[in-house]
Amino acid sequence: MKSLAELEAIRNKTINAMNIRKDGENGIRIVVGMATCGIAAGARDTLNAISEELAKRNVSHATVSQTGCIGMCRLEPIGEVLEPGKEKVTYVKVDREKAVRIVNEHIINNKPVVEYTIGAVEK
Amino acid sequence: MNLVRAHILVCGGTGCTSSGSEKLITEFETQLSRVGMADEVKVVKTGCFGLCALGPIVIVYPEGAFYSRITPENVKEIVDEHIVKGRIVKHLLYDESVKDEEIMPLNDTNFYKHQMRIALKNCGVIDPENIDEYIALDGYKALGKVLTEMTPEQVIDIIKQSGLRGRGGGGFPTGLKWDFAAKQPKGQKFVGCNADEGDPGAFMDRSVLEGDPHSVIEAMAIAGYAIGADQGYIYIRAEYPIAVNRLQIAIDQAKEYGLLGKNIFGTDFSFDLEIRLGAGAFVCGEETALMTSIEGKRGEPRPRPPFPAVKGLWGKPTILNNVETYANIPQIILNGVEWFNNIGTEKSHGTKVFALGGKIKNTGLVEVPMGTTLRTIVEDIGGGIPNGKKFKAAQTGGPSGGCIPASLIDVEIDYDSLISIGSMMGSGGLIVMDEDSCMVDIAKFFLEFTVDESCGKCAPCRIGTRRMLEILTKITDGKATMKDLDNLKLLAHSIKASALCGLGQTAPNPVLSTLQYFEDEYIAHIVDKKCPAGVCKNLLQYKIVPEKCIGCSLCARQCPVNAISGEIKSPFVIDQSKCIKCGACMSACKKQAIVKE
Repeated sequence: MKSLAELEAIRNKTINAMNIRKDGENGIRIVVGMATCGIAAGARDTLNAISEELAKRNVSHATVSQTGCIGMCRLEPIGEVLEPGKEKVTYVKVDREKAVRIVNEHIINNKPVVEYTIGAVEK
Repeated sequence: MNLVRAHILVCGGTGCTSSGSEKLITEFETQLSRVGMADEVKVVKTGCFGLCALGPIVIVYPEGAFYSRITPENVKEIVDEHIVKGRIVKHLLYDESVKDEEIMPLNDTNFYKHQMRIALKNCGVIDPENIDEYIALDGYKALGKVLTEMTPEQVIDIIKQSGLRGRGGGGFPTGLKWDFAAKQPKGQKFVGCNADEGDPGAFMDRSVLEGDPHSVIEAMAIAGYAIGADQGYIYIRAEYPIAVNRLQIAIDQAKEYGLLGKNIFGTDFSFDLEIRLGAGAFVCGEETALMTSIEGKRGEPRPRPPFPAVKGLWGKPTILNNVETYANIPQIILNGVEWFNNIGTEKSHGTKVFALGGKIKNTGLVEVPMGTTLRTIVEDIGGGIPNGKKFKAAQTGGPSGGCIPASLIDVEIDYDSLISIGSMMGSGGLIVMDEDSCMVDIAKFFLEFTVDESCGKCAPCRIGTRRMLEILTKITDGKATMKDLDNLKLLAHSIKASALCGLGQTAPNPVLSTLQYFEDEYIAHIVDKKCPAGVCKNLLQYKIVPEKCIGCSLCARQCPVNAISGEIKSPFVIDQSKCIKCGACMSACKKQAIVKE
């Protein structure tokens, strides 16, 4: 260890991975429905795409987890974005491409992708 | 590149390890591979979470689900339900952490709400065997700051102003100790860490070393810089194999990163650390005996002065601090004196870790600000006394400390308040006793310990404590007179005044403090030949109440020495000359017809 900068570099490398362990202050939660219906519709790929994109963009204020059937099996894969103090946003038929856009626009730039939400699709 | 989306934290402290947490880790890994999620879910072995009574403990993030008493059989369910389907396994959760069907943040539960974690900050949060995780949470930043921005004098000033006092028991101001050593002429000096932790019931040092070993290493390097030492020793008992192992891993990692060794952070400062194993003698927790033991000689104390800061290891200036004291140092450097001074009471700043044990629901490790009342610790954090029994007293400070009776439960705990009521902080063992505990028996237990552990160098301790134990045995056997009680007091005061080291000087404390608050119990043993709590066997008699006995013969069949006889359907009797007072009859009786008096 030759300098503080070197220490800082090691710190930055690990800190994002550690943020997940903060109690009750994890910021945004992204939940992907992964019951039989979701998995059959390709939710596994959706989840991987979200994870990869979050890692690629170095996002530390959002976590991803799986959930069971949300009840609208025909609209799977479904992904929900839950943010403290805000309305839940439900995205439907989320494929790889949509997942990438959701992470970039909604999670990073804080603008929900209205056209992918259940309200827009189910008009 | 894939994101690790969930962390499964499994406690790897000694408590949870002995209840099988190692198996959980392998089982989690097997189950995660089975469902193909080994890459996206990380299993982390951490240090102690504190709630040892409910171990093994597993926490799953990001949800923060706190699972308690997990067995390898539960692992499959957690993986299948929680990890795969995202459904938290409610019936395995720590029940206090669930409110209205929702998971509460851990810090809102009664056990954690009143706590403030400085020394235990990283325990149960990081993987102690991974230096990167320590660095991610600002580890080694304090060392970097000290080496690149501060002079040794400034470091000592900060520690002095923080008012940090030795957490090992005595409460000596840490900054002052460092100052003495720093003022000695330049040359070889040493930094020592006392991790001998000999008090029965205390395990906070072990937990810090198991859960966050780097904090101690970092602090020792800071101390080395402050006093001008380039070599440190950690004296730890060999009975702590997990702690020793993790400490060695941590030292190796720190060396690899150049955080120990030559020219740390590109400065002129070099510092190296070595572990020295102790064989677990209580006296080796005494600083002069500890140093003698490090030097490779028989662990015996020597008179002070000269103090270690002047003549310590191999006659060179040495500072010795306790593990918990060191764990506070990086936080003080990073957060500043003002932050630390605002925590605690006027004369005792910061927090103290207590190992909560005895008759208490939540056995475990807790860290509270100085000045927290005993009531908060016992009733709120500890969850009260099990089985609806009444709180009688708490013993602090182990064999050197004393008792706090129920009448003083609202005392605000700090160094000075404990001394003023005849106890002491000690290293922080806190043993809770209920109405079924006999105070004479407790005093006898601690004295037996001191007699066993006395090194034998000075007569007051070697002979005096044995005489005290003999008198106590006489009392619990019902053979003592009031004259014996006077002799006991006289002996206690003489030993306190004349023993060579801290061990001997404090050995009479358990007797003196129980005498101070529970003299009536001593008198009941001596005059009435009765043990009010029903503990001292020689003063007990098991009797069958004839009115309640239905003559079923169940007790007679349980009795291992055939002391109970009688005719079926008429009251049985116990032959007192044969009875060995094992209590088997009492637990066998379905009619509560057997009493102890």
